Amino acid sequence: MIAPSMIAHVLETNALLTAFALVGVVMWLSAALSKYLTLGRIHGSAIAILIGLALAFFGGLATGGKSGLADVPVLSGIGIMGGAMLRDFAITATAFEVDIDKARQAGLLGVLALCLGTVLPFVVGVTAALAFGYRDPVSLCTIGAGAITYIVGPVTGAALGASSPVIALSIATGVLKAILVMVGTPLVAKLIALDNPRSAMVFGGLMGTVSGVSGGLAATDRRLVPYGALTATFHTGLGCLVAPTLFYFLTAAVFHR
Amino acid sequence: MTISGVAILALCTLLGAFLGDLLGHLLGAKTNVGGVGIGMILLIAARYWLTRHKRLSAPAKSGVEFWGALYIPIVVAMAANQNVVAAVKSGPMVVVAAAASVAVCFAAVALISRLGGPTETMDEIEARERAEAGAAAAAGLAGEPVT
Repeated sequence: MIAPSMIAHVLETNALLTAFALVGVVMWLSAALSKYLTLGRIHGSAIAILIGLALAFFGGLATGGKSGLADVPVLSGIGIMGGAMLRDFAITATAFEVDIDKARQAGLLGVLALCLGTVLPFVVGVTAALAFGYRDPVSLCTIGAGAITYIVGPVTGAALGASSPVIALSIATGVLKAILVMVGTPLVAKLIALDNPRSAMVFGGLMGTVSGVSGGLAATDRRLVPYGALTATFHTGLGCLVAPTLFYFLTAAVFHR
Repeated sequence: MTISGVAILALCTLLGAFLGDLLGHLLGAKTNVGGVGIGMILLIAARYWLTRHKRLSAPAKSGVEFWGALYIPIVVAMAANQNVVAAVKSGPMVVVAAAASVAVCFAAVALISRLGGPTETMDEIEARERAEAGAAAAAGLAGEPVT
């Protein structure tokens, strides 16, 4: 006789493995949804993150806690897998794909695009946060960073000690931005002359989110994907470097309490 | 060895975190400042050095790449333990911030890609490459095919 408590015991004592299995199912489901429901228009990873946020919502409703799904005892491993240690570890690992020689090909325009792609969304994000009543520099900076990408937002928020709801907001902003980029890029591609490697690199630097850029470019012209992804991979690193530092000090100087 | 790749990655991440803490302390921020970014730069430097000295083995590489490939699932897990219930209460801001920043960035792409003057489109590049390959074949030039 298998009692539910026996299954729960196995899942709880192997919390991290439970998280791997659950996230794997979510990723697989998202890939299927992306393929069959959106015909590849929306990248599977963006759907997976949305499912993650939705699960956190229901987890929060069910437990009344502050850590989303990780507050469900059986699913506490989600907290380990999505915690700061493994997150920073995995993000650092993505830098391994950057090729310095190829990066040089992006040239001055790529660098200019990268800088603008970090500054512009940040300013827009901070402005939106101001309009919705946020005044403390930590929250403003975290939400502004979320408008850069959904990685820069939580990294900045964690570094500055922002509250969990603000971090969730910054992730949601970044995810929505990525989805808008994926869906919007094929629609505006002609308008913004997105038909050559150079503009693809400019595009990658400005839009940033790797899933948004690769999804958007794939839906526009598959041949442009590597060029866009090349500059986009720098985007998150640059954002993680300047958002909790330079941008925070500037924000704190302007909006000091 | 695979573990050497994982170890290099861990050392870069740890050193980045330490330097980030140090930088934060020096700047009086009392938080980690750019630790992840510094770790990424260290890893890029480490890979560059190892590749130049031919010390980067395939298993070591796979040890790093495995964790890089796991970053989206880890971000999904991270999304799943956020306080979304609290975030939903201030929903419209997310829509405004995201839509406005995408619109501004699209406009900037149009502006900057036109700064550099006209350039070959992907179709033109492929047409030229096909023409060059055809010309080379016609001239009977043996050797490396044009890629």
